[in-house]
Amino acid sequence: MTDLYQRQRAMRAMRSAAIQRGVVAILDIGSSKVACLILRFDGPDRLTETDGIGSLAGQSSFRVIGAATTRSRGVRLGEIDAMAETERAIRTAVQAAQKMALVRVDHAIACISGGAPRSYGLAGQIEIDDAPVSEMDVARVLAACDVPDYGDAREILHAQPVNFALDHRTGLGDPRGQIGQRLACDMHMLTIDSALIQNLLYCIKRCDLELAGVASSAYASGIASLVEDEQELGSACVDMGGGATGVSIFMKKHMIYADTVRLGGDHVSMDISKGLQIPLNTAERIKTFHGGVVATGMDDRDMIELGGQTGDWDHDRRSVSRAELIGIIRPRVEELLEDVRTRLDAAGFEHLPSQQIVLTGGASQMPGLDVLAPKILGQQVRIGRPLRVQGLPQAVTGPAFSSAVGLCLFAAHPQDEWWDFEIPTDRHAGKSLRRAVKWFKDNW
Amino acid sequence: MRSLSRLRDPAPSRSAYKMQRLMLTPMFRFFLRIGLPVGSVLIAVAIYFGDADRREALVSGVADIRRQIEERPEFMVNLMAIEGASAEVAEDIREIVPIDFPVSSFDLDLEQIRLRAEEIDAVAGAGVRVRAGGVLEIEVKERQPAVVWRARDGLELLDAGGHRVAALAYRADRPDLPLLAGAGAHKAVGEALSLLAVSEPLAPRIRGLLRVGERRWDVVLDRGQRILLPETDPGPALERVIALDQARNLLARDLAVVDMRNPERPTLRMNQTAAETFRDSKFQDMTTKMSDR
Repeated sequence: MTDLYQRQRAMRAMRSAAIQRGVVAILDIGSSKVACLILRFDGPDRLTETDGIGSLAGQSSFRVIGAATTRSRGVRLGEIDAMAETERAIRTAVQAAQKMALVRVDHAIACISGGAPRSYGLAGQIEIDDAPVSEMDVARVLAACDVPDYGDAREILHAQPVNFALDHRTGLGDPRGQIGQRLACDMHMLTIDSALIQNLLYCIKRCDLELAGVASSAYASGIASLVEDEQELGSACVDMGGGATGVSIFMKKHMIYADTVRLGGDHVSMDISKGLQIPLNTAERIKTFHGGVVATGMDDRDMIELGGQTGDWDHDRRSVSRAELIGIIRPRVEELLEDVRTRLDAAGFEHLPSQQIVLTGGASQMPGLDVLAPKILGQQVRIGRPLRVQGLPQAVTGPAFSSAVGLCLFAAHPQDEWWDFEIPTDRHAGKSLRRAVKWFKDNW
Repeated sequence: MRSLSRLRDPAPSRSAYKMQRLMLTPMFRFFLRIGLPVGSVLIAVAIYFGDADRREALVSGVADIRRQIEERPEFMVNLMAIEGASAEVAEDIREIVPIDFPVSSFDLDLEQIRLRAEEIDAVAGAGVRVRAGGVLEIEVKERQPAVVWRARDGLELLDAGGHRVAALAYRADRPDLPLLAGAGAHKAVGEALSLLAVSEPLAPRIRGLLRVGERRWDVVLDRGQRILLPETDPGPALERVIALDQARNLLARDLAVVDMRNPERPTLRMNQTAAETFRDSKFQDMTTKMSDR
């Protein structure tokens, strides 16, 4: 755990170094595309440590100066599958973005959707003797959280304090300076496969970049596509990507749950490919141009040429009606949404005060999804697009880039995490001796 | 994994990626834009001139071109014109400033020429310039001789400041100039000239002024007469003598010396015969008075 603590702290130091230097790259490594944005930190809010978020929702501090996206290679289901291919894809995206920005970037903040993220709710409490809560006390209460046994091959990706309670008052955002007896905290911890993190580190290192932070893409797309009151009142963000669908639940502006459904748009393409016996590329194209999930009478007469290069005339001249296509797409999308529903139910989403669900990600652009999704997920569903940030090219403002944009916000204003606090000093011998003496004094 | 060699890999190769990043590095770009050209030029120059023969060839080539430019007819000086000087002084200057014409004006050191020309005693000041048409013009201001000084080694002409102008063979060559004599007379030419101005009424009789002991003046008149002037304020003393002379015809008498060295007590020294005559007349006066009695 200390090792991870050190590594995450090192990443935070790297992030501030990158912001000091002024240029940082954002890498969204997805199953269907790799997106790279280059941010320049030179706005008026740069390097000012303000409480909360500054002007323009904290976006005035940076500007997107380079953006590039390329087809992903070597990533399956949001996990790095072929390292060399992934490295090439990252290189392509970074090179194109650098070419657009005309600067060299040395630091990258990456997000990844796979790795079977698992959420844990942690609780811890400490006694403080009627003194104002200091930062050290916060660190101590975070350290006092009982970390469950999350397995050997897993790493903590996020560990965010989401709630503090002082005596009988709960729901405190910031307990510092308040006086009480007992400080308790709830922490949300997200773990993912450590192999994935290792692979990511390796790939990014091979591209001569330093990893200045890593985030779950479900989290990143949540902070990009949920508006502020949705984050405050409780809502879920469903990031429908190519190979995996991320689910994150936000409450009181903190992420309290994240999970991944290993289904996505690529599976739909695969189904079309298999069902219509056409190449995957053609299937992808047909899905994008003609796909949908709600069939109407018109769709029976809407014939789609499948084409082909086999040389067999009958095979190459086939055509299907759009209704047939929808008949292939819809069950898969329903399956996906039902999986999402299962995850949300498991997380206790129905207990939240507001149950807004925001669909984002590339697969959420499917026509008719806004009709289908409420039938499965409930009435409060909308299709979300990411926040507009300064300098973002029009081509990357779509919902497919919500996790990249969220990562920009994450780079500018990261949430306080466990490792942002000092290691509590009561681990030192002197402090514990003093506590022992105090215990003797109090009890004898 | 199937090789996709028929499709071009859109990803940049590792070296291309690194190269692009290198080219985006500001320091490296600066080095390429400025450091590399400057460095390569410097190295090329250093290699070229590492050879002594090439260095020499360059130096001699530059010198040759320089010579060619200097020796263009526009810059050549063909003759020397001396203005404002008498023939002898001009001759002297030509002798003391030896220049082989034609000469390039770049080779002429005008300041040096001026100093050389001013070394001549007869030259008070010289202006040297190269006039259009290749003429070296020396404008000379000659010293004007004011007095003749009979020095130990012969006659010399001095100007009003006491500076030597030229030697003089015979006093008769310059009868218009007053004569000074005595050691150190050249240091007090100004005083002498003012005395001579004062003694204007005596001018026909003055032979010259004699400096005595390098401190005071004697006015030497014809008939062996002298006026001995004091060290300080000789002018007023001389004026007194002149006034006496005009009133009483003092100097027409048979006097040898009018001694004004002590202004409180002017003294006359008579000649032998005059003294005897004076004594005789006094004696006769006395005897007539006694015989009258």
